[in-house]
Amino acid sequence: MAVTKLFGAPIKRREDPRLITGRGNFTDHIRLPGTLVMAIKRSPHAHARIVRIDTSKARVMRGVVAVYTGQDLIDKLAPVPCAWLVPDSDLKVPTYRAVAVDKVRYVGDAVAVVVAEDRYVAQDALEAIEVEYEPLPAVVDQEKALEAGAPQLYEEVPNNLAFHWKLHSGDFDAAWKEAEVRLSRRLINHRLIPTAMEPRGALAAYNPGTGELTIWCTSQNPHIHRLLLSAVTGLPETRIRVIATDVGGGFGSKIPMYAGEMIAAALSRDLGRPIKWIETRQENYVATIHGRDHVQYVDIAAQRDGTITGVRVRAYANLGAYLSTAAPGIPTWLFGLMLQGPYAIPVIHCDVFGVLTNTTPTDAYRGAGRPEATYLLERMVDLLARELRMDPVEIRRKNFIPKDRFPYTAPSGLVYDSGDYEATLNRALELVDYDNLRHQQAELRQQGRYIGIGFSTYVEVCGLAPSQAAGAMGFQGGLWESAIVRVHPTGKVTVFTGSNPHGQGEETTFAQLVADELGVPFEDVEVIHGDTEMVPFGMGTYGSRSTAVGGAALVAACRKVKEKAQRIAAHLLEVAPEDVVFENGRFFVKGAPDRGMTIQEVALQAYLAWKLPRDIEPGLEATHFWDPTNNTFPFGCHICVVEVDPETGKVTFLQYVAVDDVGNVINPMIVDGQVHGGIAQGLAQAVYEYAAYDANGQLLSASLMDYAIPKASMLPSFSVDRTVTPTPVNPMGVKGAGETGTIASTPAVVNAVIDALAPFGIEHIDIPLTPERIWRAVLERSR
Amino acid sequence: MQITVTVNGVTYTHDVEPRLLLVHYLRDVLNLTGTHIGCDTSQCGACTILLNGKAVKSCTVFAVQADGAEITTIEGLARDGQLHPVQEGFWEKHGLQCGYCTPGMIMTAVDFLQRNPNPTEEEIRHAIEGNLCRCTGYQNIVRAIQYAAEKMRSGS
Ligand code: FES
Ligand code: FES
Repeated sequence: MAVTKLFGAPIKRREDPRLITGRGNFTDHIRLPGTLVMAIKRSPHAHARIVRIDTSKARVMRGVVAVYTGQDLIDKLAPVPCAWLVPDSDLKVPTYRAVAVDKVRYVGDAVAVVVAEDRYVAQDALEAIEVEYEPLPAVVDQEKALEAGAPQLYEEVPNNLAFHWKLHSGDFDAAWKEAEVRLSRRLINHRLIPTAMEPRGALAAYNPGTGELTIWCTSQNPHIHRLLLSAVTGLPETRIRVIATDVGGGFGSKIPMYAGEMIAAALSRDLGRPIKWIETRQENYVATIHGRDHVQYVDIAAQRDGTITGVRVRAYANLGAYLSTAAPGIPTWLFGLMLQGPYAIPVIHCDVFGVLTNTTPTDAYRGAGRPEATYLLERMVDLLARELRMDPVEIRRKNFIPKDRFPYTAPSGLVYDSGDYEATLNRALELVDYDNLRHQQAELRQQGRYIGIGFSTYVEVCGLAPSQAAGAMGFQGGLWESAIVRVHPTGKVTVFTGSNPHGQGEETTFAQLVADELGVPFEDVEVIHGDTEMVPFGMGTYGSRSTAVGGAALVAACRKVKEKAQRIAAHLLEVAPEDVVFENGRFFVKGAPDRGMTIQEVALQAYLAWKLPRDIEPGLEATHFWDPTNNTFPFGCHICVVEVDPETGKVTFLQYVAVDDVGNVINPMIVDGQVHGGIAQGLAQAVYEYAAYDANGQLLSASLMDYAIPKASMLPSFSVDRTVTPTPVNPMGVKGAGETGTIASTPAVVNAVIDALAPFGIEHIDIPLTPERIWRAVLERSR
Repeated sequence: MQITVTVNGVTYTHDVEPRLLLVHYLRDVLNLTGTHIGCDTSQCGACTILLNGKAVKSCTVFAVQADGAEITTIEGLARDGQLHPVQEGFWEKHGLQCGYCTPGMIMTAVDFLQRNPNPTEEEIRHAIEGNLCRCTGYQNIVRAIQYAAEKMRSGS
C-alpha cells in the first residue's frame, strides 16, 4: 500500500460535506420531544436598584409554564464563577448572580426568566413582566470609574478597582534618566464585540429518573463547562454531559461560563423537561462578552540610534460590570508578558488596573491581550521612528532579537522558543517591492494623492501552557490537552481529542497527523471531539493551542500505540522488538522486509489475543495527556498599503501582505484561511468596529446594523506567505495560527493610514480610524 | 391559517399562526435546520433561501406569505447525490470555516450566478454584501464563487 505523507498537504476539509449541505449539528438544531423555550428579560438600565418585579400577568398567559426572578433562583444556582484568580494583585471577585437580585449593573443584566411552550409566547411573556427600577448614576469609562465620587458598583470593591497587577522587570527609572529620547503617549485600544455568527445557546435536558443532565451548548471547552456547571448546580460532574460538536464560531466568546446556560440547566432540573435557550443577536451584543477596552499610558526610553532601552505602561482595563470567567488574566498575563514584542528591550515596567464599570463584561476576544500589547508597541515604534527620522523598517531591524539568541529569555520572564524575525520582514519587503513603493508614494504626493505604508512586526504567545505556569498565574486549571487513539480490530482508527475545534478544521488536520503517524489511510481515521461522555477531560480550543497542544497529545498517543503494536508484531514475527522496523504502516524484520505485517494485521491480532504473550494486554489503544514544556511563539511581518482621501477621510486598501511564521504547517490551505479571517478582524478594529456606549451606559452599537463587522466589499484580498522556523516545544514543530492575523493587522493598518497622513503633520489618531476621525484630524492640521 | 408550500420538491400543507416567520416554519415545523438564524434585524443572511427561484432572507418573510410558493433550501440543493457547483466551490476553495454563514452564503451565490454567470471579483463582493461571515475574511468565499461560475459556464 502506497502511503503518501499528509503533513503539509492542502487536503480538503472533511468537516465541509455536512456543513455545505445543511446537515451541521449546531445546538439550535437539536430537537427533543417536550422541549420548552426559555427567554431572559434583561435590564434596560446600566445601573439601578430593583424595587419590584411583578410577574403575575406573565404567569397566567396561555402557554407560559413558569417565570423566575433572581430571588427564585438563589437556592438553585451558585453565582457565575470566575476562574482566573490572578495572584498578588489584590483581586476582588464580587458576587455575580445569574439573575440579578437587588441591583442591575449593566444594560443586559438578567432580571427575570420565562419558560413557555414556544418562542413567540415566551417573547410575549417577557413583555408582560413589569419591573420597577430606581435608576442609579452609571459609569462607563474606566478612568472615570476610579475617580473620587464615581458611582460605586459594589460595596465590597472600593473605587471599582478589581485589581492592580504589576510586572516590573529592570530599572525603568534609570533607563528613563539615561535615555537620549523619551516618548510618552496615551493610547486607546477600544472595545470590540466578538460577533460569532452563531449566537450562544443551550438545550438542557435533565432526566429526573436518572438524575442526569445532558446539555448541548455553544462551547469552545465542553469539559470546562461541565466542571463549572457542576460547581454552580451542585450536580456531580459524572451526571453532566456537555455536547458541542458543531459550534458556529467563537473567537473567545464561547469560552466563559454564562448565566444563560446555567439558568437553562437549573430550570430543566426544576421542571423536569428539556429547556432550550437561544440568544437573539441583540442579546448577543449586550450579554455575551466584549473584548479589549484599554486606556494605556506609555513611556518609551531610547537612544538616538533607535535602540529602545525601556518600556513603561500604565494600563486601565475595563472589565465591565462583573468578572467573566477568564477576565482577570487577559489584560494582565496575556498583555503584560508580551510588552517587549520581538525586540531586545531590556526593561519592562507595567502596571495594570482592572476596573469595574456599568458595561457588558469583557473577556478573551481573538488575540486576548496580545493585540493590546502589539498595537501599543508597534504604534510607539513608529512614533519613535518618526521622532528620529528613521525609516520604520530600520528601527525595527535595529531592535529585533537576533536569530542566534533563541531560546530567548525576555525581561517579562517568557522564554521565546525560536525565531528569525528579520526573515519575515525581508520576505514581506520583497513582496511589496518596498523601495519602489516609497518612490511611488513620493511621486503621488506631488500629485496630491496620499498613500501610506504600514508595518507590523509582531511576536505572540500561544499554545497556552504549561500547567505549572498556569498555576503560577492563578488560572484555575491545567493547560495540557488529552487524546485517545483507538485502533479497532479492522485497523480503522478513532481518535478522541480534548480540543474542541469550531471552524479551525482540526477534524481534518488531526486526521492528517494520525494517518501519518500510524501509516493508515486518511479516510480510516475518525476524529471525535466535543462530547464529554466520549472524550477524556480536555481543555478545549482557544489561545491558538489546539494543534500545538491537542495535536501533540494525539501524536504522543499514536506513538504509544505504535510501541505496543511493535511488541506484538515482534512476538508474532518471532524476533526481538528492537529488530522490528515500522514504515508506512507496516512492521517488518530489520534486513528482511518481506517478513512483516501491517498495522491492521497487528490490530486484529491484538483483539483476537490468541497468540499474545501474557505480559501484553489485548486491545490496541492509548491515552495521552500532553503537558508541554513551554508556550510557542509565532511571529511575522504584515505590511499594509492604503490610500487616504484627505477630503473625505476614506481609506482604500491597495495591498495587504502577511508573512507569518507559525512553525511547520500541517495543512496550508487551512492555515491560510485562519490568517485571512484573523486579518479581517484586526483590520476591522483599525477602521470599522467600535462598541460605543453613551455616558449612561446604553450600548449604541447593539445590532448588526450599528456594529460594523466587515462585509465582503469592505475588505481587500490578502497576500499570504510564510517562513518556517519550527518550534522545539512539540514533536511536530507547529506553533499555532488562529490569532496571528488579528494580532498583527490592527497596527499594520493604522501605521499605514498615519503614514499616508504624514504630510499633514498627523502623528496619531485614536482607533478606529473612521472617515470622520481622519477628516477631523486633517481639518485641524490644515487650519 | 392554512398554507401550502413546496419545499425541495415536496408539497406540505400546514396550519400556521399568521405571525410565524418563514425561517421558523422551515426549521421548527419542517425540521429543515440547514437554514440558520444569525440575527434579528435582517442583516446577516444566514437564513437565505430560494423563494420561487430568488434569494430571500427567510427571516423577513411570514410563512403565510409563502403560501403557494416553491422553496429551495440548502438541503435541496444537491441533486441525486451530486453537489451543486457552488457547494463544490466552497469545499474546493475552503470557503467556510465554522459553516454557520455557509448555507445562506451558498443560496445567495446560486441566485447571483443565475443572473451574472461571469462576475468580476468586485461584483461578487458586492453581491454577497447581505451575507455576513465572521470567519473567513471572504477571500476564499470569493474564490469559491469564481470556481462555481467557471464550472457552471463550462458545464452549460
Ligand atoms: S437571520 Fe439574519 S438575516 Fe435572517
Ligand atoms: S464560516 Fe463561520 S461565519 Fe462564515
